[in-house]
Amino acid sequence: MRVIAIFKRVIRQMLRDKRTLALMFVAPLFILSLMYFLFNTNSDSVAQIGVSNVDTSLVKAVKNKHVKLHHYAKTTTAKTAVREDNLAAFIQQKSGKLTVTYQNSQPSDSALVRQALQGGLTKLRVQALVAATKAQKQALTAQAKALKTVMAQQKQVMAAQGQRATSTTSTTTTSSTAKLKAPKTYTVTSHYLYGSADSTFFDTFLPILLGFFVFFFVFLISGISLLNERTTGTLTRLLATPIRRGEIISGYLLGYGLFALVQTLITVTFALTVFKIHMLGSVWLILLINFLLALVALSMGIFVSTFANSEFQMMQFIPILIVPQVFFSGLIPVDQMATWLQWIAHIFPLYYGGNALMNVATRGVTLSGVAGELGILLGFTVLFTILNIVGMKRYRRV
Amino acid sequence: MRTNTIEVTDVAKSFGDNPVLKQISLRLPVGQIMGLIGPSGAGKTTLVKAILGMEKVDAGTTTVLGTTMPNRQIMQRIGYMAQSDALYEDLTARENIRFFAELMSVPKAKLTAAIDHAATVVNLTDALDRRVSAYSGGMKRRLSLAIALVQDPDLLILDEPTVGIDPELRQQIWAELNQLRDAGKSILVTTHVMDEAERCDYLMLIREGIALAQGTPGALEQEYAVPTIEQVFLKAGRLQDESHRDI
Repeated sequence: MRVIAIFKRVIRQMLRDKRTLALMFVAPLFILSLMYFLFNTNSDSVAQIGVSNVDTSLVKAVKNKHVKLHHYAKTTTAKTAVREDNLAAFIQQKSGKLTVTYQNSQPSDSALVRQALQGGLTKLRVQALVAATKAQKQALTAQAKALKTVMAQQKQVMAAQGQRATSTTSTTTTSSTAKLKAPKTYTVTSHYLYGSADSTFFDTFLPILLGFFVFFFVFLISGISLLNERTTGTLTRLLATPIRRGEIISGYLLGYGLFALVQTLITVTFALTVFKIHMLGSVWLILLINFLLALVALSMGIFVSTFANSEFQMMQFIPILIVPQVFFSGLIPVDQMATWLQWIAHIFPLYYGGNALMNVATRGVTLSGVAGELGILLGFTVLFTILNIVGMKRYRRV
Repeated sequence: MRTNTIEVTDVAKSFGDNPVLKQISLRLPVGQIMGLIGPSGAGKTTLVKAILGMEKVDAGTTTVLGTTMPNRQIMQRIGYMAQSDALYEDLTARENIRFFAELMSVPKAKLTAAIDHAATVVNLTDALDRRVSAYSGGMKRRLSLAIALVQDPDLLILDEPTVGIDPELRQQIWAELNQLRDAGKSILVTTHVMDEAERCDYLMLIREGIALAQGTPGALEQEYAVPTIEQVFLKAGRLQDESHRDI
């Protein structure tokens, strides 16, 4: 009952504060639109491709002004080459089989590589076709010539030895068909170090951005709101009622959790309808992950606010706690970082949230596939909530 | 039948090396208005918070309504008005009162009547649906008082209730406090307005964390052989300073 009172109050206060509402609901749309246009107009970049043991004819065919090719030894492994030399893709050949490994951290680069490869293969096929036609024509002329000779020979030796002539004809025909070379076909297998074939820059980053928006705004708004509660004395006043400390925190979790849900719904709907984003997994799962992220942000914001004495001091936590999380949220592929950095990534909630969101949105992973990440996010929430409840003992002993 | 609403026994509290309360004892009988007077920094607010169970004390015990504090449930029966106005400025006065009434578990059926009554007492009925951010200092004070009254508590603890309230309304509020006292409620008021001290049934002078003197206003004036509480206060303070010098 008291939780509901807190919940209603939080909602009412938010609805009164039109500017904060606008910040929460409109700012993400603005930033998304800006990013959409920024990243979709940039098309004159050059993608770096590594090739190893690929037919020269194919290499020649693939070349165009949007890609630059680098030759590698046969023994090079795709992953190391891509990582160390920051290649957009690495192409390996084993007889007729091509294996392409895309870095795919910049889906626009992957698209360039795909286009070049597709173009190259088509070019080869056309060339082969032309060659084949030519060869066939030659063969036909040869056959016709042979036929003429045979006929002449036949005429000459008709009377004497018929049996021998037939055998000569067959030999000639065989030799001319052998010249007809079959056009070489390639089978292509693609690997993506990051994301999938359908990824565009936006598709890959959008889910992470959604998580980030929720995290950032909920962290800031809830932190400042509890800070205000502390500095204006209403927290002390609240604790002079029979309310449990846990009830205050729960009320906050519910209130801001609801706003986070609405925010996610608006941004997801906007991205799906206006930008026509591919979302492979369930939208409900995206909402669930974002809700959990909001809970972590909330409990963390409240916890951090106890170390701030003014709103300005609260803002000072952004470069310390929020910006590093952006780096490890998956916007920069974590598995290509130095090992020690990869370890650091594991202490940030947004790392798990970003991972889960990306898996659901771009790989269609289901609930069971992201259960681990969800569990860890829940763990963060529980940890910070307990810290908050214990921390409030400073204001009241029970 | 319980005779004391509040019983404080030998409470001591220090913040770091700075002792704020040194062995204070206090009894507030049922149906009395008790005044805590003393200069700012004397420890009045700390004592009030210790009674509410919000401040951890180093020694001694506090009992409210027969229950040892801190106790969360007993807080429902205490109406508390803090020294600084703790209000939600972006909500209306009605929403503020309703919020605290809900926390105090006022039954839904009685909610509207309770809010109206509390607002009438502090003369805020007309401004009830205005946002608190548009309130004057005095109006905020009155709203804080209305919040303390809303759940019809057995004990009222008012920390400097009449700061910034005009004399006419102050009169009105005191009339209401007297009425509540007559209805069997106990009231603890801290103040440093001396004419208010005169209205209390019982007074306790606190200075430097020590209960300097206590008694009814009349008895105190007699004891110190001065005509007003203000002079009692000054004289007691001087005596305390002299005794310090003796040591």
